[in-house]
Amino acid sequence: MPTTVRVECTINDETREFLCEPRQSLLECLRDVLGLTGTKEGCNDGNCGSCTVMMDGRIVPSCLVLGVESQGSEITTIEGVARGSELHPLQTAFLESAALQCGICTPGFIVAAKALLDRNPRPDEHEIRLWLANNLCRCTGYDKIIRAVQQAAATLQEAK
Amino acid sequence: MSTQEYAVLGTRPVRHDGADKVTGRAIYGADIHLAGLLQGAILRSPHAHARIVRIDTRRAEALPGVKAVVTAADLAVSQDRIVDLGEGDTPLSYLRGNVLASGKVLYKGHAVAAVAAASLHVAEEAASLIDVEYEPLPCVLTTLDAMREDAPILHDGLRTTEFGEKTGRVSNVAEHFRHELGDVSAGFAEADVVVEHEFRTATVHQGYIEPHTATVLWNNDGRILVWCSTQGAFVVRDVTACILDVPVSRVKVTPLEIGGGFGGKIPVYLEPVAALLSKKSGRPVKITMTRRDVFEGTGPTPGSVIRVKMGARKDGRIVAAQAWMAYEAGAYPGAMVGPGAMCVFAAYDIANVVVDGFDVVVNKPSTAAYRAPGATNAAFATESVVDELAEKLGLDPLEFRLKNAAREGTRRADGPKYPRIGCVEVIEAMKNHPHYSAPLEGPNRGRGVAIGFWFNAGLPSSCTLSVNADGSVNLVEGSTDIGGTRTSVAMQAAEVLGIGAEDVRPEVADTDSVGFTAVTGGSRVTFATGWAAYEAAQDVVRQMKERAAKLWETDAASVTLDHGVFRSGDRSMTFRDLAARLGETGGPVTGRGAVNPRSAGGSFSGCIADVQVDPETGKVDVLRFTAVQDAGKAIHPAYVEGQMQGGSAQGIGWALNEEYHMSPDGAMQNASLLDYRMPTALDLPMIDTVIVEVPNPIHPFGVRGVGEANIVPPPATLANAIYHATGVRLRSLPMNPPAVAEAIWSKEG
Ligand code: FES
Ligand code: FES
Repeated sequence: MPTTVRVECTINDETREFLCEPRQSLLECLRDVLGLTGTKEGCNDGNCGSCTVMMDGRIVPSCLVLGVESQGSEITTIEGVARGSELHPLQTAFLESAALQCGICTPGFIVAAKALLDRNPRPDEHEIRLWLANNLCRCTGYDKIIRAVQQAAATLQEAK
Repeated sequence: MSTQEYAVLGTRPVRHDGADKVTGRAIYGADIHLAGLLQGAILRSPHAHARIVRIDTRRAEALPGVKAVVTAADLAVSQDRIVDLGEGDTPLSYLRGNVLASGKVLYKGHAVAAVAAASLHVAEEAASLIDVEYEPLPCVLTTLDAMREDAPILHDGLRTTEFGEKTGRVSNVAEHFRHELGDVSAGFAEADVVVEHEFRTATVHQGYIEPHTATVLWNNDGRILVWCSTQGAFVVRDVTACILDVPVSRVKVTPLEIGGGFGGKIPVYLEPVAALLSKKSGRPVKITMTRRDVFEGTGPTPGSVIRVKMGARKDGRIVAAQAWMAYEAGAYPGAMVGPGAMCVFAAYDIANVVVDGFDVVVNKPSTAAYRAPGATNAAFATESVVDELAEKLGLDPLEFRLKNAAREGTRRADGPKYPRIGCVEVIEAMKNHPHYSAPLEGPNRGRGVAIGFWFNAGLPSSCTLSVNADGSVNLVEGSTDIGGTRTSVAMQAAEVLGIGAEDVRPEVADTDSVGFTAVTGGSRVTFATGWAAYEAAQDVVRQMKERAAKLWETDAASVTLDHGVFRSGDRSMTFRDLAARLGETGGPVTGRGAVNPRSAGGSFSGCIADVQVDPETGKVDVLRFTAVQDAGKAIHPAYVEGQMQGGSAQGIGWALNEEYHMSPDGAMQNASLLDYRMPTALDLPMIDTVIVEVPNPIHPFGVRGVGEANIVPPPATLANAIYHATGVRLRSLPMNPPAVAEAIWSKEG
């Protein structure tokens, strides 16, 4: 019986092929197999949101998805949020609002917040807090994160 | 308020490491990959207290893919001695015993053995194949139980130190000390009102989102190369060297980006174990903790029992205060009761004080520092009693505090007299804040206030600068950056040099490449490493003036530097233009700064909170929260606010939800981020901040550390707010829904 399985999927708009063990999570595959270490591990059991990625249009904790389940899917990680050398307005807003301290939660927050703004371009404070309640940040008290998302929403609106 | 005008200080530039951190490029501890890397896993004790009868590693070693297995037997045996961890002295035997248990396990989660294998899954499987025979012993989990005569003893060799003297008594009380000022019985005799209560606080965890991780290569030349996530690269170097019994020069630590610490990433857990595995396997080894490992195997902060008695006269003066404080140290001595006892009445000017402190070992993980360690527990007690005194005297709680506030010249019970401090200014800022006078209507709503103090630390820091031909400057420092300190340090160099913050490139270096620098802790980086950067920049300025003098054929003493322009007589040249001409005037310019401040000038903080309590469920909602803190001089105000907001959020979690639920046999029942409930975005309101600036007289820019004092007042603030909402005083943390509901029911009978 082979110990690894061949998986093909699209990650950040590129077709990727890799071998993984059936017991490896998508998070492990991203970090250890594909070298995409921007996605972080905080708990490995679905409770911190640091490992958040977009998978087929939904945000998922990649620690709770098996690598083999990503077969044929479309995945966006933090590495795919900026367009080339240009930061996404959320990334700019996080920097300008000082919305990160240690920064370990930041990739998860940015991926999750992007999913929110993609579907709800004008969220109010409560909607932002509710959407981001799966993402833990221990450093900031969330205040500046919420403001960064509001600022990014405004920037995106202006650009329209 | 500080009066001096600055070009760079007080602005809010984007942090230098920012782009890497919003794009996923920054390399954190667990992100490093080395050729031939093995993964490690640690086997931890299932018992809270047991004798290790035998460890058989043969089945683990036989598993295909396993490259090394180690136990405490692989650690060098050397004479016990005292090691300085940067935040206190510890016997080497304790450090070593906590890294890999030998003889006994002292808590559930205590590391017993470790495995390195080709993959994490194999390593974990192999760890489960290690056969350990234990002889379980009775365990003791609370300070009061551990202090009883008939309590199970954790350390046979631990003799109580009483008032600084070693006694012959073997017990779980590592130390009992006392601070005394004035005559406390005479003080209480003078009091018109006396309030006395007992308070309890639960064991809580620092809760950083990044688990501990370390990667080590025991190289063929005998050097031990470490990459890790730590608050102190030099602490890791020194402790690893001690535990492995090698000279410090054999160990090189490269600190990678760190995903939070709050004091919990000062202790060393993994590096010596990964080093042993690397030595045995001949390959680099990475060990990363699971979240359960973090909860069960790393330092939470002590639970405590505190009795506080305070007396005041009708005129509103506090005349006497007494505290009895017992903190649980966890498995090894060193509960943060020392600082707790120094902070317990630190915000007040009281003539008659007695404080008794007890450092008590229990069968829980060895505790570690957590943001103003020891002070939050203490302030919960004191600030609740102060609130009650104010009410009994019919005084406004802030007026009462103001009347008794510590000032320059006030003596603390543990000895020192305050230099210029900002306690009064913080309370005044609270009083003047619109939040304090805003109407709060509706049933079950209440407003609370509290204040807090933390010392902050001085300690050594080093920094070097080198000037580039384009007028920019590279800055090398030894303080790992947990919250934007690269920038707050670089800004201080930029201010001296008269260049922009973005013209200084800060880099956190490995332990081979920068002078000794103490931990990122004690709110000390912007203060002490910033000061080192100031000194290094002064060194650069001195040399640059000489270069200008050389070009202008004049005396260096006649050259001035103002806002980045060198001048002598009618000649002038910008910093950038002069930097381009270093080659022709003698070569590169580098500056160095090294400081070792003995003290840091403390920081005071205060909070105002509005809560709404659901009397049916006991759930407390924080409606509005304002944090006030004295920053001395706020170098980067956005990151100062961030510290205040983060500390407030942690304090709110500590107050309302967080605790270690222990089973009677010492197992943590909630060792996951689902069950150990830290505040989410949905649990908190926006956190308003007011930065007070009372310049610190000992720092060149007046900086006071701001990382810690902000966590001190929130639990007491919320307890006071809950009282004003419900009429019941909660004296035990956490004030979670069942506790609040029960308190309301018992009041209503
Ligand atoms: S690592 Fe996946 S949710 Fe925490
Ligand atoms: S910035 Fe550290 S956890 Fe969010």
